[in-house]
Amino acid sequence: MLPTAEEWEILRLSLRVAFWSVLVSLPLAIAVAHTLARSNFPGKTLFDATVHLPLVLPPVVVGYLLLLLFGRRGPIGAWLEEWFGIIFAFRWTGAALAAGIMGFPLMVRAVRLSFESIDRKLEAAASTLGAGRAGVFLTVTLPLALPGIITGVLLSFARSLGEFGATITFVSNIPGETRTLPLAIYTYTQTPAGDEAALRLSLIAVLLSLAALYVSEVLVRRAAKRVRGDDADGRH
Amino acid sequence: MTLTVDIERHLGAFHLKAAFEAGDGITALFGRSGAGKTSVVNAIAGILRPERGRITIEGEPVFDSGRGIDVPTPRRRIGYVFQEGRLFPHLNVRQNLRYAGFFSRATPQSEFAHVVELLGLKDLLDRRPGNLSGGEKQRVAIGRALLSSPRLLLLDEPLASLDPHRKNEVLQYIELMRDEIKIPIVYVSHAVEEVVRLADTVVLVSAGEVAAIGAAEEVLGRPDLSTSAFEGGAVIDARVVEQDMQYDLATLAFDGGTLTVTNVDALIGEPVRVRIRARDVSIALERPQRISIQNVLGGRIAAVGDERSGVVDVSIGVGATILRSRITARAARQLGLAPGLAVYALVKAVSLDRRGAGTV
Repeated sequence: MLPTAEEWEILRLSLRVAFWSVLVSLPLAIAVAHTLARSNFPGKTLFDATVHLPLVLPPVVVGYLLLLLFGRRGPIGAWLEEWFGIIFAFRWTGAALAAGIMGFPLMVRAVRLSFESIDRKLEAAASTLGAGRAGVFLTVTLPLALPGIITGVLLSFARSLGEFGATITFVSNIPGETRTLPLAIYTYTQTPAGDEAALRLSLIAVLLSLAALYVSEVLVRRAAKRVRGDDADGRH
Repeated sequence: MTLTVDIERHLGAFHLKAAFEAGDGITALFGRSGAGKTSVVNAIAGILRPERGRITIEGEPVFDSGRGIDVPTPRRRIGYVFQEGRLFPHLNVRQNLRYAGFFSRATPQSEFAHVVELLGLKDLLDRRPGNLSGGEKQRVAIGRALLSSPRLLLLDEPLASLDPHRKNEVLQYIELMRDEIKIPIVYVSHAVEEVVRLADTVVLVSAGEVAAIGAAEEVLGRPDLSTSAFEGGAVIDARVVEQDMQYDLATLAFDGGTLTVTNVDALIGEPVRVRIRARDVSIALERPQRISIQNVLGGRIAAVGDERSGVVDVSIGVGATILRSRITARAARQLGLAPGLAVYALVKAVSLDRRGAGTV
């Protein structure tokens, strides 16, 4: 039972949406996580709460807010279209935006925990060896945070693949453009005699999730070992 | 080269106020845990910012509150060896050693090879810090600091987390480094045996302030400082004149006589420094017969200290050397000890083990 051409298209679209949502949100999530882990400033609690908002709000609300802000007549959407020609409304890019925002707090949380667990004395040691702030960040902080970054990427990737409410509210359910895996499954369950197709797509979703979990587990284990300072072959 | 420090800083209820100068060789910042020694070296490195004061290296200010100078840590060119090593766990030994090279603090390949050989790191280069012993880690940390082309090296209790065997191993490498590489070193320690063995100059730190400063023999021998930070005693510069292999004993000659001590890791002719704790020295009015004590040194009482909780410190001149003896006030009275009295100072050979002696 190989996937049909239509199923391949849905799968490809879902992966494209998830890939871009993760890729674009990662640098931003690292910056936000670093700020939350290391800086103190007035309004930090509010900032923290705002970052976590997508985790607690109903996804439909997030989608609706995106529609208001990033729709073609919304304040941000109109501006982006006028100056950069970027359109989110009813495009796969909009699906990626919705998925990225829903996964953002998960990514920030994992990366932040990783930053907080780093021994800051190592950063002080790096500075005595001539490394400036950027140098310390790139050669010590970031490599040591790698396990958390990988975990954050997986969580956000999985969240993106499963995103439903915000996506359907913001960019609707357009075949080939915004109909990702969950939206397609939903559509089939609403169609007479769509049971078999819904089941097949669900199976694909299960396999995809398992594969993502497996890959991230291997990567995290390898990175954690590296961060602990063990030899690659486990020699003691 | 000189380092001058004159700084002040409040740390909670603790007030740090330190002023001293350090020249070539090893300057020990010596004092109890919590006396503020680490804060001083952190200020020198630029990790801790003093509220007021001035720090100069070779006359160049790296910190001067009056002139608003505060050179950032990476540009101070000070090597820092931390108590816990602080090797980068995600890099192997070679990458740790070369780390400073990424940041235009590179040293020539020849010096890399020299440091690797000096500290015996050749077999460790491809290992990762997680699999090194404590002593190996500290050797790598010393090498890493040396390879950042420092003007000054700070060592903050580099032996504190090591067992006695490893301590001795790393001490030997530090001695080697001191002799081979002419970089001034500030060595922080609360262990008197390390200070005796390594220091040229001692800065005694007590409760955030410099209590005394001077040559090692001088500061470590001062009886008035004995109760505050460490146990009193005398530090004697001597030379090995005989090794008795059968009994594992060495005879040391000093200005005032000879001392027999248990095995010292030094060859005949080598200079060594021994520290004799005041409580290990007994006093007799006549030369005792049939006694196990191997060192009986004739001398004259130079001074009898004041009684403090039933104890007095007596200074005995043996040749040009002053020994300290701590005895009960009752014993001092019974013997009628007074300046000028001829006495014999008794020192057990086993009280001078290798922990108390080191090559100079």
